[in-house]
Amino acid sequence: MTYLETIPSEWYLILSAIVFCIGLCGVLIRRNAMSVLMCIEMMLNAVMLLLVAFSGYYRDFSAQIAVFFIMIVAAAEVAVGLVIFSMMFKKTSSIDLDDWGHLKG
Amino acid sequence: MLFWIEKISLVVLVFCVTLVIAMYATLAERKFAAFFQDRIGPDRAGPFGLLQPLADGIKFFFKEEFIPANADRFLFVLGPCLSMIAACMTTAVIPWGHDIVIFGQTMALQIADLNVGVLYLAGVVSLGVYGIMIGGWASNNKYSVLSAIRASSQMISYELAMGLALIALVMHTGSLSLREIVQAQHGGHWNVFFQPLGFLLFLICSFAEANRVPFDLAECETELVGGYHTEYSSMKLGFYLFAEYINMFIASAVMSALYFGGYHFPGLYHIGLSDNSAALVGVGVFFLKIAAFMFFFIWIRWTLPRFRYDQLMRLGWKILLPLAIANMIFTGFLSLLLG
Amino acid sequence: MVTLFLVLSLLTVLSALCVVFTRNLIYSVLSLIVCFFAIAGHYVLLKASFLAVIQVIVYAGAIMVLFLFMLMLMNLNKKAEASKPFSLKVVAVGVCLLVLVALVSIVFLSAPRVCFAPLAPVSGSVSALGPLLFNEYAIPFELTSILFLSAVAGVVMIGSYGKKAKKQ
Repeated sequence: MTYLETIPSEWYLILSAIVFCIGLCGVLIRRNAMSVLMCIEMMLNAVMLLLVAFSGYYRDFSAQIAVFFIMIVAAAEVAVGLVIFSMMFKKTSSIDLDDWGHLKG
Repeated sequence: MLFWIEKISLVVLVFCVTLVIAMYATLAERKFAAFFQDRIGPDRAGPFGLLQPLADGIKFFFKEEFIPANADRFLFVLGPCLSMIAACMTTAVIPWGHDIVIFGQTMALQIADLNVGVLYLAGVVSLGVYGIMIGGWASNNKYSVLSAIRASSQMISYELAMGLALIALVMHTGSLSLREIVQAQHGGHWNVFFQPLGFLLFLICSFAEANRVPFDLAECETELVGGYHTEYSSMKLGFYLFAEYINMFIASAVMSALYFGGYHFPGLYHIGLSDNSAALVGVGVFFLKIAAFMFFFIWIRWTLPRFRYDQLMRLGWKILLPLAIANMIFTGFLSLLLG
Repeated sequence: MVTLFLVLSLLTVLSALCVVFTRNLIYSVLSLIVCFFAIAGHYVLLKASFLAVIQVIVYAGAIMVLFLFMLMLMNLNKKAEASKPFSLKVVAVGVCLLVLVALVSIVFLSAPRVCFAPLAPVSGSVSALGPLLFNEYAIPFELTSILFLSAVAGVVMIGSYGKKAKKQ
């Protein structure tokens, strides 16, 4: 019995759903911009885990390539996000998202 | 079952050897420092001061365990532990020698031959900064936090050049497994002859990653008291210092394995030794190469002054990174041309 | 095998919960690192060793170091984070639970379960991924590198915005 035959694919679906929902919860209840960005990363990771699991179950590497691309984009996203936070912190000396209400159009 | 016994005994052996070498590296450092400065150095404990590391260790254990009042207690203890763990993890992929045959069983002198060994190295190296960052932060001391910030930006900057130097090496060897990289270097085909610039970049970056002079801005005592370990005492300080020497040992081992042929030496197949004894001689040669690199680390430390922080950043981003990219492109171009 | 999965999953979920419900930002970052390591462990179990290592290098080695770096630079531990009103929190948790129930029920109610052909096991090694990445997915790969370059340029531009104003 290999690992993939022992573990039903539903388990990975459920695990990924749980992590995704925890991340969503974090995005909704935290006010700190850094925490929100971290929770978004967590949601991305939940989806990536699902893709890798499916790549294992379907024996298809395309999903792993997709995960690779997601990681690249996530790194770029975090770099841009953090520099925006640091500039906003310089301006308003807070990284509370509710203090940044004036950013909306 | 036999597999696990073999692996566990190898892990224990490698761990002990690493610790002993790190211990004696401290003595070597003090002896060489004394030599460079025309002193005698430690000579009281045992003959020629050979028991000095033991005395130091005992002293560390008996010092007062002190945690600052406003420090984060959990993170304060976690910092040195992480430093130590990250330093020891790299030993897992280093091939220490040829396979040896014991009682008809072939035993690989490598804990794990990962097919992504070089990437594993890069990953573990990038984790090394957490110990410093967390310890510096948890001390609740301005100097320590400054040191943690310095360490992290330095690590990230020099990792880039290091990674690009490794990519050029991988382009040349065509494999990510350290074992295969070492095996491809037999007969004097050492990678340093094909990747001289890559080796130079890797060497400079390993000084930075091991936080050694001239890149030890994180513990720069003239500006930051003691840097991230200002508030540390007893064995927790010992862990940090120890981790530095282990890092030095590991960096030397990685450089010898990647660029200087690992356990190969010229004439390995012409002396007519049996396989097992040839493998053991190979291990000895590997450790000689490591010792030479460690001497180089010590030599640099007691010869060169340390960089200023802006010089460090300029060197990393404006000199090493473009050179590494140029080296990578050149290597790729050559390997395309030569097929 | 099953125990490995369960232990890693428990670690993943617990550290994810820690990220959301810890007040101290440093602990939140550290538990996110643990979470990423657990997910990398899952990748190893799923025979995607390359992605596992990349996960450690990119997420634990670069992204989280950046987070920690910014946290230390802003010195955020001094100010306690103002929390949202309690009623909002309850609603948010309720919404998330609903989403979770919906997702899980989709998993169980959808009729055709995922079944796979028992082929020879393949591992997601570099030698398998490389040709795919550089032949079939060469254009997306180049596009991501352009995206990355523009992100770097953007970061440098945003970061040096204040400096230029000061000089003039």
